[in-house]
Amino acid sequence: MTDLYQSQRAMRNKRQAAMQRGVIAVLDVGSSKIACLVLRFDGPENFRDSDGIGSMAGQSSFRVIGAATTRSRGVRFGEIDAMHETERAIRTAVQAAQKMAGVRVDHVIACFAGAKPRSYGLAGSVDLHDGAVTDNCVARVLSSCDVPDYGENREILHAQPVNFAVDHRSGLGDPRGQAGNALSVDMHMLSVDRAPIENLLYCIKRCDLELAGIASSSYAAGISSLVEDEQELGAACIDLGGGSTGISIFIKKHMIYADTVRMGGDHVTSDISQGLQVPMPTAERIKTFYGGVQATGMDDRDMIDLSSDTGDWEHDRRTVSRAEVIGVMRPRMEEILEEVRVRLDAAGFEHLPSQRIVLTGGASQLPGLDGLATRILGQQVRLGRPLRVQGLPQSVTGPSFASAVGTCLFAAHPQDEWWDFDIPVEGYPARSLKRAVKWFKDNW
Amino acid sequence: MRPLNPFNKPQPSNDPAPSRWSYRMERLWLTPAFRKCVRVFLPAMLVVAGIGLYFSDADRQKVISEKYAEIRRSVEERPEFMVKIMAIDGASSGLNNAIREVMPVDLPLSSFDLDLEAMRKQVESLDAVKRVDVRVRAGGLLQINVEERVPAVVWRGPDGLELLDVGGHRVSAVQSRAARPDLPLIAGEGANTAVPEALALLERTSPIRDRVLGVVRISERRWDVVLNRDQRIMLPPLQPDLALDRVLALNEAQDLLKRDVTHIDIRNPDRPTLRMTSDALTSMREMQGIKVNSN
Repeated sequence: MTDLYQSQRAMRNKRQAAMQRGVIAVLDVGSSKIACLVLRFDGPENFRDSDGIGSMAGQSSFRVIGAATTRSRGVRFGEIDAMHETERAIRTAVQAAQKMAGVRVDHVIACFAGAKPRSYGLAGSVDLHDGAVTDNCVARVLSSCDVPDYGENREILHAQPVNFAVDHRSGLGDPRGQAGNALSVDMHMLSVDRAPIENLLYCIKRCDLELAGIASSSYAAGISSLVEDEQELGAACIDLGGGSTGISIFIKKHMIYADTVRMGGDHVTSDISQGLQVPMPTAERIKTFYGGVQATGMDDRDMIDLSSDTGDWEHDRRTVSRAEVIGVMRPRMEEILEEVRVRLDAAGFEHLPSQRIVLTGGASQLPGLDGLATRILGQQVRLGRPLRVQGLPQSVTGPSFASAVGTCLFAAHPQDEWWDFDIPVEGYPARSLKRAVKWFKDNW
Repeated sequence: MRPLNPFNKPQPSNDPAPSRWSYRMERLWLTPAFRKCVRVFLPAMLVVAGIGLYFSDADRQKVISEKYAEIRRSVEERPEFMVKIMAIDGASSGLNNAIREVMPVDLPLSSFDLDLEAMRKQVESLDAVKRVDVRVRAGGLLQINVEERVPAVVWRGPDGLELLDVGGHRVSAVQSRAARPDLPLIAGEGANTAVPEALALLERTSPIRDRVLGVVRISERRWDVVLNRDQRIMLPPLQPDLALDRVLALNEAQDLLKRDVTHIDIRNPDRPTLRMTSDALTSMREMQGIKVNSN
């Protein structure tokens, strides 16, 4: 627990160093593409003398000065599968983005989708000695949370205080200075498998970059594609990616639940490939050009050539109707959405005051998906696109870049996490003092 | 499964990934310090090194410096820059000749080759010259404006007779006292360093002008005024003018200098002393004897 705390703190320090230098890269390692955005932190917000909400809701403190996307290789289900392939892909993206930006990037904030995230709600409470809440009290209450046994070989990716309560007044965003007898906190903790994180770290290190932060891509997609009132009132963001589908639930501007379904757009492609007996690139092309989930009578007459060059005349001259393609795709999309529904139900999404669902990610561009999702997930479904940030090229404003843009926002304004607070003095393990004494003895 | 053997790697036809080294080179190139180094310092170093190599050859250096000197010469020797005539204003004819003799240049000469400051120093080194301006005027004229020293006294010094100006600076030598009877005479070692004092003393002797032969510096500290008839007024080193005034007043009242004294010694102002001729002394003794006897 302390190691994790230290490493996350180290990453925060690196992020601070990168902000001082003014350039930081954001890397979205996805199953279908790897996107790299280079941010420059010299916007007007950095030099504001007055307080308050600035232009573009405070998001104009950075500019995107480089953006590059490359086809992802070696990534499956949002996890790195073939390290060297992925490393090469990351290198490609980073180099192209650097070239566009014209500056060298040393620090990178990465987000990735897979690694089986699991959410935990933690609660902690401490007595207030001096009657008022101080910074130290916040740190104490955060470290007083009883951490569940989240399993061997898992790491904590996010640990965000969601809600503070002083005595019986709950729903406090910032309890400091409040008077009371007891302070309690609700914390959301997201744990992921350790191996994918280590793989990602290895790849990034091989690219001569330093990791200045790491985020779950479902969280990043949520903060970029949910608008402010949705985040406030309660909403779920469904990030339909290539290899996995991320789910994140927000309320009161905090993520309270995140999960992934290990199915995505690539599975639709492979269904088409298997069902129509065509190679994967052709299937991908058919999916993007003719795909859909809602067949109409017109689609029966819309014939698609499945041209290939095997030499077999019959095989090379096949055609399918668009309705058949839709017939292949729809069950898979339904399956994904059903699975999302299950996860949302498990999370207790129906108890939220507002049950807005936002579909984003590359696969959300499928025509008619909102209709299908309405049927499965409920009435309040909309398609989301990421927030516009300054300097973002037109080509990366689509929904498939929701998590990349979200990581930009995460880089610029990271939410308070557990490791942003100092460990309270009594929380230090006693042996650290012993270690210090031993170190003195050994060296002098 | 993809082949894992590194020597049996299938060459992907359209792999856009840069190799690790090209990626590193690209990043190095994007480093501002390195970039500046390569784009500014390296070319500058190359240029400097190239120039240095080119000029390090002695023959080439000689050729270039000769060429340079030739071009310079050709510009300097244009008729516009030539100085043809020297004009000397404010000098008497003897000094004029002396200046022309001492001037180290042969006209015509390019004005670039004239070292006016050196010429000025050279002319000023002449004793008779008090101040000099040397300048090149339009039309190739070297104008020398001279202010001569005016001799104020004749000094009989260790090297013979010399003319000194009011400041005591040597003007010229003179053959005999008779050559400049209009100037007062001073004598004695170190008299030249106190010419203003001597002149002030001589100024005060105007009532006995026809009797004064000159003043003599004694021991480089005080003056004697020498009169004809072998008379001498010995003045103190401090405030000699007041002492002289006292003597002159005494003279006016009692015709002291017409009497038979050889030295009027006022070196100690509290106790002026007279030295008389032996005749005067004898007759004075007689008079004293008569007086003594009469008492």
